[in-house]
Amino acid sequence: MKNEKLKKFYFDMLRIRLIEQKIAEIYHEQEMRCPVHLSVGQEAPAVGVCNALAKGDFALSTHRSHAHFLAKGGNLKAMLSELYGKETGCCEGKGGSMHLNDPALGFYAVPIVGSTIPIGVGIGLGLKMQNKSQVSVAFFGDAATEEGVFSESLNYAALGKLPVIFICENNFYSVYSPLSVRQPPERDLTKIAESHGVEAFKSDGNDVVAIYNTAKKAVDKARDSNGPTLLELETYRMLEHCGPNNDNHLGYRTEEDYNYWKSNDPLIKLAMKLTEEKNFNQEIQDITKTINSEIDEAFAYAKSASYPEKESLYTHLYSK
Amino acid sequence: MERIITYAKALSEAIDLCMAKDKSVYIMGLGVPDPSGFFGTTIGLQEKYGKMRAMDMPTSENGMTGVAIGSALTGMRPIMAHHRMEFALLAVEQIINQAANWHYMFGGKSSIPLVIRIFIGRGWGQGPQHAQSLQAMFAHIPGLKVVMPSTPYDAKGLFISAIEDNNPVIFLEHRWLHTITGHVPEGVYRIPIGQANIARTGSDVTIIAFSYMNIEALFAAEVLEKNGIDAEIIDLRSVRPIDTDAILESVKKTGHLIVVDQAWKTGGIAGEIIALAAEEVYSYLKAKPVRITLPDFPSPSSPGLTKHYHPRAIDIVNSALKMFGKTEKTEEELGIVQKTPLDIPNKEFKGPF
Repeated sequence: MKNEKLKKFYFDMLRIRLIEQKIAEIYHEQEMRCPVHLSVGQEAPAVGVCNALAKGDFALSTHRSHAHFLAKGGNLKAMLSELYGKETGCCEGKGGSMHLNDPALGFYAVPIVGSTIPIGVGIGLGLKMQNKSQVSVAFFGDAATEEGVFSESLNYAALGKLPVIFICENNFYSVYSPLSVRQPPERDLTKIAESHGVEAFKSDGNDVVAIYNTAKKAVDKARDSNGPTLLELETYRMLEHCGPNNDNHLGYRTEEDYNYWKSNDPLIKLAMKLTEEKNFNQEIQDITKTINSEIDEAFAYAKSASYPEKESLYTHLYSK
Repeated sequence: MERIITYAKALSEAIDLCMAKDKSVYIMGLGVPDPSGFFGTTIGLQEKYGKMRAMDMPTSENGMTGVAIGSALTGMRPIMAHHRMEFALLAVEQIINQAANWHYMFGGKSSIPLVIRIFIGRGWGQGPQHAQSLQAMFAHIPGLKVVMPSTPYDAKGLFISAIEDNNPVIFLEHRWLHTITGHVPEGVYRIPIGQANIARTGSDVTIIAFSYMNIEALFAAEVLEKNGIDAEIIDLRSVRPIDTDAILESVKKTGHLIVVDQAWKTGGIAGEIIALAAEEVYSYLKAKPVRITLPDFPSPSSPGLTKHYHPRAIDIVNSALKMFGKTEKTEEELGIVQKTPLDIPNKEFKGPF
């Protein structure tokens, strides 16, 4: 893969990383008054998959959607405004962090685990019905695969040979509950998908290049009307389930695991592929400056924007 | 020229007309292509429009509702059909969390034009899990519209409005109405959602009814007339939104209010209407309002029990008689003993109404 492309992946992930870390850093100001589920450590699936998509493709995500929203091209000012509950937010203040969306980009996120999966399949159905060439991606976590609706979705996507790509980011925990209390050890997600008739692959969820390559094949396959694919990506969230803090002290995850994943940080892994790039470190510094400027401007925008007026509470109940 | 057809045929026409004029409309349901075709309402659709637009579906009510929602995001206009309210309950997460909230929670930028047809109703020992009528539950949810037509004319006009509406509409059809006949114009016409119909004008008592109970109420009104009480029947047609103006105007006129709802008493639509009347037209009421509902118990199966369970015209008649200080009467005394067993549709209620 050309270095230009690798660098794009790097800077896409870096941007998300810096944005999320900034949210974590100033969350204590208590001006972002909604729950935030940050993507620190899980940037690679969003960046790898979204770089494999074309304009007009759809993507759905969950409560942990900042990385997907940004990787899909979502507007940072609109996202931060929404976290601040301002009228300039992507939900005009009605949804908060857990309902990021950009219909023009075909992006929606809702926080009920599993709920967006059949909706993603439905987008695939709608696209097929209209003979459109776009595809539909559903991002979800390991716990979502325990919901009955996950099976229903796989079943129907296969039955209809729909242009859907299922992306499971397995970060091993559902809040504090490890896989071991939720799934028997024999459970194999790729086998479950294949038993439903959905081709499936497992990949390192922190290797953005591997993710991109596999996702691109799945996207092309879907676009060629050859049906759905599932990708299981093992990854790790560096912070707590909900909120800005590191919660290693709670002990539900081991220091050993944490350090393993820290050393396999997606940015570190990708940087190792760019060692011959002579001025890469300088480039990183420069781009970091640019990104930080963008971030500062976006936060200033969000902070100074207005809250929605009272009248806004009563709008948009029904579509005209 | 009157054109008398059944409620089922009226719905069938509505679906066919909407699918013909708008290629984005499609229908899915367990058994859409079946020989019975949802009381005949989906017969012929698959032959005419193909398998992609008149679809059978897997037994995955929740997932398929999500699929319908997703397809709406690409510009399709799905109709889902459930043979029973109980089956639709499997989809409550998608209906309430997703469809109902979608437009509001995304700041008005996206909408879900989804119609969910659900058969409600009773009879033939259906029992606790095949006879529930849960309009109150759906009517409680902001973002949904809930429609319950009682006549063939209303069924067709409301269905067309429901399909053309850009919001999720729950369309409740009582299974004892599908063979009722009435005048239905040819072609496309619309009845606005949220507009009641004054099924019978009267001056003594306002009787609010909807769905199958509208038929029982109309019959009760005939009996009441012979007993000196002139009833005004308001068929709500929609229970969300409710036509509050029509209700209040009528209560101001008559000063007497009876609400008939074939659902449980507690937390039901009848209570909602009486609260509305108490809030808005309290000084006009000359007697305390009455609601006629199911008792707060699951629906039993045995005809020995259901005959005491479901309100009928006699209950409406006696509520009115009592309200006006007259003696309550038996069906024998009134000469309205029903010949048809009570656990099947009344053969005398065929229409036109």
